[in-house]
Amino acid sequence: MSSKLINWFKFSSPATFYPVAGRMSRGFAWTAAGLLLIGLYMSFFVAPTDYKQGEGYRIIFVHVPASWMSMLIYLVMAGWSFIGLTFNTRLSSMMATALAPTGALFTFIALWTGAFWGKPMWGTWWVWDARLTSELILLFLYIGFIALHSAIEDPRRADRASAILCLVGAVNIPIIHFSVKWWNTLHQGASVSVSSGSSMSTIMLTTLLLMTLAFWAYAIAVALARVRSIILERERESRWVKELIMEKTKV
Amino acid sequence: MKTFFEMGGYALYVWPSFGIAALLMVIEPLLVRRHKRLVVRRIQRIIRMNETRPQ
Repeated sequence: MSSKLINWFKFSSPATFYPVAGRMSRGFAWTAAGLLLIGLYMSFFVAPTDYKQGEGYRIIFVHVPASWMSMLIYLVMAGWSFIGLTFNTRLSSMMATALAPTGALFTFIALWTGAFWGKPMWGTWWVWDARLTSELILLFLYIGFIALHSAIEDPRRADRASAILCLVGAVNIPIIHFSVKWWNTLHQGASVSVSSGSSMSTIMLTTLLLMTLAFWAYAIAVALARVRSIILERERESRWVKELIMEKTKV
Repeated sequence: MKTFFEMGGYALYVWPSFGIAALLMVIEPLLVRRHKRLVVRRIQRIIRMNETRPQ
């Protein structure tokens, strides 16, 4: 038990985490590439044509994984922010900061693909319905988090301020999730649900889950790569960073 | 091949969706890599500055 505890503390130190993050990032990047290849092949060649929406429904294979990721990344960010606030650990705040741009990216992809799906199926690019509006608010929360963090010069104060913003904004996540139930929205209800299973064919569901796993791996790979530069930047005064950089200069 | 790219008449909606997602997911890692290089270079400069400065 005690050895496990020590290990956790060891990895919460930026100096030990830096090389680990590099190795993990590479691993997840290759996983993402492999899964994306299979997922895209299945999206276009294996998954059958939808009887109602024709080939247009294939947008689901980016739209739904991106939307899930946009919410999941926010929850993970809120988790890191919470840990950073309560335990005052530097690395957790750095992880939250590293995740924000990737979360914003997936939120944008979710909104964009939603518009390109809504146009042919609903006849409009955009409506101010609860699901779409709350997802747009999520994008603003991400942008607000990034802006606030970069606006405060002292990194530790920036961590605390943006962590509080992130935690307050987390109320938006259940609102997005339940919006299609609570309000009468143009956006359809959930096709895949933990409690009642899926209303899709197995092959479509498999493809969707593959694409979701691919996006997961991508997000982890990018966030870990980004946290490495954040670590270097913020620990630049420390001995190990200087030694590491000096070594790089020699080679 | 042609029918594949036509996407049953939905080409105008399917390809921009996949296209933007793919484009952004290629650009983001490149930006991350560029940022890393800039950070390393900046720290190198700081170290060199401190070395040349008389103690």
